[in-house]
Amino acid sequence: MNFPKIDLNKLKNEGTESVTVKERRNFLKLGFAITGVYASGKILSLSSTYGVAQASEGSGGADFVEKYPYNPHYSMVIRQSLCIDCEKCVDACNKTNHVPEYGYRTRILTRKYQGQLDKKVEFIPVLCNHCNDAPCVRACPTKATYKDPVTGIVRMESKKCIGCKTCMLACPYDARYFSAARHAIDKCDFCWEERLSKGETQTGCSSACPTGARTFGNMTDPDNIVFKLVHQLQESVWVLRPEDGTKPNIFYMKGNMESVDNILKGQKFKYSDPAKS
Amino acid sequence: MEIMVNISKKWGYHGIDALKKASPGYLMLMGAFALLAVAGAAVGVHGMVVGYHHVYGVSREVPWGLLISAYVFCVVTSTGLCIISSIGHVFGGEAFMPIAKRAIFMSIIFILGGFCIIFFDIENPFRMAIYNVISPNLSSNMWWMGTLYGAYLVFMIIEYYFLLEQNHSISRLMGFAALVVGIAAHSNLGAVFGMLHGRAFWYGPYLPIYFIFSAAMSGGCAILFVTTLAAKINPEIMNQRMERAMQAITQVTAFLISTIIFFTIWKIITGMVSHDKSLVIMALVSGDYAINFWCFEVFLGMVLPLYLLIRSRGNNFGMIMWATGLMMIGIFFMRYDIVVPGQIVSVYHSLGVEEALALRTYMPSFHEFMATLFGLSFICFAYFAGEKMLNGHQLEKHEIVPEGGYICPGCGAIHFMDEGESEEDAMRRHHKIW
Repeated sequence: MNFPKIDLNKLKNEGTESVTVKERRNFLKLGFAITGVYASGKILSLSSTYGVAQASEGSGGADFVEKYPYNPHYSMVIRQSLCIDCEKCVDACNKTNHVPEYGYRTRILTRKYQGQLDKKVEFIPVLCNHCNDAPCVRACPTKATYKDPVTGIVRMESKKCIGCKTCMLACPYDARYFSAARHAIDKCDFCWEERLSKGETQTGCSSACPTGARTFGNMTDPDNIVFKLVHQLQESVWVLRPEDGTKPNIFYMKGNMESVDNILKGQKFKYSDPAKS
Repeated sequence: MEIMVNISKKWGYHGIDALKKASPGYLMLMGAFALLAVAGAAVGVHGMVVGYHHVYGVSREVPWGLLISAYVFCVVTSTGLCIISSIGHVFGGEAFMPIAKRAIFMSIIFILGGFCIIFFDIENPFRMAIYNVISPNLSSNMWWMGTLYGAYLVFMIIEYYFLLEQNHSISRLMGFAALVVGIAAHSNLGAVFGMLHGRAFWYGPYLPIYFIFSAAMSGGCAILFVTTLAAKINPEIMNQRMERAMQAITQVTAFLISTIIFFTIWKIITGMVSHDKSLVIMALVSGDYAINFWCFEVFLGMVLPLYLLIRSRGNNFGMIMWATGLMMIGIFFMRYDIVVPGQIVSVYHSLGVEEALALRTYMPSFHEFMATLFGLSFICFAYFAGEKMLNGHQLEKHEIVPEGGYICPGCGAIHFMDEGESEEDAMRRHHKIW
């Protein structure tokens, strides 16, 4: 194929006045996309781009579903700004899973700000991240802790636990403690033993949450709320300690109400009516 | 040849009779260590019965404390003794041969002491014996460390047996196996720490490498200490061969201390420029662990012994004994300074949450202290018992050397020369050095 030769030096300068705003934007977007700034959309965020990077890859969704290795691929999305630190989730967890006084499977951390106009404090619920590449599973000498091959939940086979506590140190989320009653390490299992295996669809903490800060679901189902919350570009989604490369399954977002409404397009949310779903 | 076999069959074992001849002071010292060991074990068992979480100072965020530090101290020393002694009886460094028996004996004792201590740290030690075998996780450093140390102990015991038997070819083969397995086990112990990505202070290839060099240093220090102390107990063990060995090991140990000083300097400097690491480094340099670090790890563990060992010129045994005795204390703190400060930064520190701003603290409890004493007292007791019962780890005295034989300058046993063979050739043949 032959192209006509154009001598660039002889072309007339059209100036920048004639470039429309739309064209400029497109041009800038192109640049940002190349440099990766647009893709993550949150240069100022101190946390990761892992969730977003994963979520924004192949925006169509269909090819992306295949990337989740489990089915159902249980996951939790935490909408941070909806958390009011009522600790109902912690109480529900302790009650459901018979967690002793000296331990906890989940807790709520407090982050204080100074000089911000809208908020002085933010609450960050934390729990086991059920990492796809779980450091605790690698560290355990006897396979007492393992990735459930179906659901991807990081579970314990208590009778095999020798109590060396390596997993407690391997976990970058401080999600484990030694339970004297179980003679083994205890940790969040997304309420598999007490609820999910008995037919329930929600964990103790997510069903107790009055604001919908904790949203639990199946990441392989495109109609599921957690899938919808993670696979959107409107709001940033991140995970904790992405630098450890653990591929966690707890996603975090600010969870501003309006934007979440838009994302879900009228889907019934938990926070509107926690009792009925 | 028959004469040699008869001599070596006795293994230099003097039995309980040797203890009866020991001075009352010596027996009281041994009794004190035995009592401490029993008391330590009793307190440890008490902790096991009531539940460790009630009586130990370790917590959810600092789950490894004094016991793990002491375990690391013991196995580091054991591996080090194996490394240093292998220079002689595995690789044929003649000057190092006389220490072999004492070093291998102490190496076995140190690792047993380490197992005593870890027994009271592992929550379910009996499950370990079962599930380590039937449910192994080959990607776990902890599994490899435990398994390889088990194999190491077996090799060491076989090696020691054949060393007593004067069967140098099997002993040497086992010594080589023990060395390879011991180094693999020990670097895995470093990797147990070095492969925890959540812990910036530990993460990386530094610890497995550091552990090996540090082990060699500890081994040199330990063998100098136990030998010079043994010479105080029984001056007869010091002879020309042993003096030459002391000199050679003093040189090697001084070199290894310098290596560890170099390692430590770079750990501090590189740590300063990483946020999470610098919190730990500052705790060591000027925070809660400053006394541990400067007084014990740096001064007692490295600077003072380096100075004294050089001053001693390898032949002032009193000075060597003091230098290495204090150094053993310094090395204990060196291990503690790896294990405990590595956990003081919360994993949520970088998230900036209120709960994770302060550094975590840990104080050993009485129970942890006693359980540690159980292992350490066992080591001391076994050492003092061994010096007497195994006759200072000497072979039988050969006042009359049979015809055709001579006392080997390396190991001290009687070697027999074949016709037309020189003494050196006989030694090479006997020790399988080619």
